[in-house]
Amino acid sequence: MWQRIGSLIIKEMLAIWRDPKGRAVILVPPLLQLVIFAFAMTMEVRNVDIAILNLDTGSQGREVEAGIRGASGFDQVIQLQSVSQIQEAIDSQRVIAVVHIAQDFTRRVEAGQSADVQVILDGRKSNASQIVNSYLSAIISRVSAAAYSGGTTPDAIRVRHWYNPNLEYAWFTLPGLVATITLLTTIIVTALSVARERELGTFDQLLVSPLRPLEIVVGKSAPGLTFGYLHGTFFILVAIFGFKIPFAGSLLALYGAMFFYLLAVIGIGLFISAISATQQQAILGAFVFASPAVLLSGFMSPIENMPGWMQVATQINPLRHFLVVAQGVFLKDLPLADVARNTFPLVLIAMATLPAAAWLLRKKTS
Amino acid sequence: MNAPPLAAPLRRTLSLARKETFHIFRDPSSILIAFILPLILLLLFGFGISLDSNTIRIGVVVQDARADARSLVQAFAASDYFEIVTAFDQTALEPDLVSGDLRGLVVIPPNFSERMRARDPVPIEVVTDGSQPNTAQFVANYAQGVYAVWQTRQLGDAALAAPAAITPQPRFWFNAELTSRYNLVPGSTAVVMTIIGTLLTALVIAREWERGTMEAVLATPVSRAELLLSKIVPYFLLGMSSLVLCAVAAVFVFDVPFRGSVLALVAVAAAFLLPALGQGLLISAVTKNQFVAAQLALFTGFLPATLLSGFIFEISAMPLPIRTVTTVIPARYFVTSLQTLFLAGDVWSVLMPAIVKMLAVGGFFLTLTWLATPKRIA
Repeated sequence: MWQRIGSLIIKEMLAIWRDPKGRAVILVPPLLQLVIFAFAMTMEVRNVDIAILNLDTGSQGREVEAGIRGASGFDQVIQLQSVSQIQEAIDSQRVIAVVHIAQDFTRRVEAGQSADVQVILDGRKSNASQIVNSYLSAIISRVSAAAYSGGTTPDAIRVRHWYNPNLEYAWFTLPGLVATITLLTTIIVTALSVARERELGTFDQLLVSPLRPLEIVVGKSAPGLTFGYLHGTFFILVAIFGFKIPFAGSLLALYGAMFFYLLAVIGIGLFISAISATQQQAILGAFVFASPAVLLSGFMSPIENMPGWMQVATQINPLRHFLVVAQGVFLKDLPLADVARNTFPLVLIAMATLPAAAWLLRKKTS
Repeated sequence: MNAPPLAAPLRRTLSLARKETFHIFRDPSSILIAFILPLILLLLFGFGISLDSNTIRIGVVVQDARADARSLVQAFAASDYFEIVTAFDQTALEPDLVSGDLRGLVVIPPNFSERMRARDPVPIEVVTDGSQPNTAQFVANYAQGVYAVWQTRQLGDAALAAPAAITPQPRFWFNAELTSRYNLVPGSTAVVMTIIGTLLTALVIAREWERGTMEAVLATPVSRAELLLSKIVPYFLLGMSSLVLCAVAAVFVFDVPFRGSVLALVAVAAAFLLPALGQGLLISAVTKNQFVAAQLALFTGFLPATLLSGFIFEISAMPLPIRTVTTVIPARYFVTSLQTLFLAGDVWSVLMPAIVKMLAVGGFFLTLTWLATPKRIA
């Protein structure tokens, strides 16, 4: 039995490697995704332009202006002349925000009264404008603290960001990519395997061989497992050596959880493969599974923000669970108990999808 | 073909277009792409992706049991942004921060109340889970906000007058509540239309090349222009119907305001479909193979439309080489136009340049397709 499975595994690996399409699937997408995701995926705000309408001629207005000009997040600071220009500047997306300082600003501050600075932001970019707003608030509170002699200004809180002191987005993205890339690679490699044989007509030959359906499933799982581990390792190395992200946890725990994660994904891939007639259908099936899986994993936006029923639905998504393990082990040295807690659903998913795929393969044959 | 009867090219184009329509409806994977996938994506983007952190679970470590500390805990508990768990000891809550059950800790030091009364600045400490940078940023900002408001109120009570301060008054135009759904749902229309325009077109036409039926069509008196037009028309109509679906869902299901005009929406969408279809046609003409066409369409159409269009991730924050690449991605201009049309209205200073750029990219793709389509079989 082991010998049969062994030779089937060798055959499966060769089938992928010899096919130029198969090689392209294995080599090109991960590199492309590395470039797009690792560099483009960011929630930070940089290189945005901002406008100031300073109708105040006094020193306090100039202080606010100087604070904004000195900030690093903004590319250009444009000077507006009148209130009527605000609408044009925002509407045309020339700037993301306009800081409006009223005529009596310095007079009020010097008289010891409270004063407002109006900030108009482009709500079409809700996340970016929210971040710009917090930059501007910080600048304005600094000016405020310096403006009133002897006045009490609210104390700042002391913030410490654990696990990622400078809140670099790459520290979130790269460990997450270890999970998403392996999902995409494994699902495509596995989904294509049976479909390719169907298209070539060799699947019938495989079925008349002495191999049992379970053995076929094991043989068909091997390439997904191998390439999943290879790509996962590649991205771990890129994260540690390319992006200098400290690896805090246990590599063994990560690889161990990855085993069950890959099994769960392979089960889904084989399932897609069993129901598709051609490779083209298989790749679309993989796509129809993978896009919701990535979107609803917590990678694109936090799970906590989803409606309750959707949070429940994400439980069947293997990426959701493994993402917690990958990011947790990488940055937070996630304790083994937590790794196990998040790996357990993966075991359940694999236990459901693998036998289902084997059953479907057998059903399709008779 | 110098002076053909006017009806013949039209008739030929129409019957080819009819044939193309049958192609789309005959194949289960086309149905999947044209109807099921757009619905799934619309639901996912409408419900699943949300950047509004409504309630974040945090822990509050209270090492001071006096009234001031209790009132500050109350302020955190009453905040709409936080759901809190309290403890006396920080180490009791740290495991929850590691496991991700809590996204931050607020630590109120033991001598908080005394120092507060003595006007001795006592910064409370906030620890965030930096492994989720966006949430960590929100925790820090919201905690700062809660503390500042509480402190102003406390000091105000003590001194019977609020201390003077310069306060920023933010106003978010077009989306006052900053509901991220308002930007994401219009933007997702661009993704759905990319799927139909590029992926579906590339696949169905590649199949025709793969099976050799394209050559049968080329052997007829049909001209290149008629052939391309007959391919464009059915997908164009399908794309426009998906626009209707998306727009109706956005307004009636997801309650997104629509402040522009329908005419402008149709104009922008039509301008976007040109490059989207052009890209699909080009992919099919170059690859002539469904499998490769599917991969190319996903990686050059779907992925950029989702990730590099400014729909979820801000383009301005990307490194320069990637920002340069985004200038030729038509979805980028479409996303901006959609967000403007839905939330701001017909701002032609945004829409016009977008339409021109999309048409330019479309013209480029169609020219290449024209060159890649053989006039006759060699």
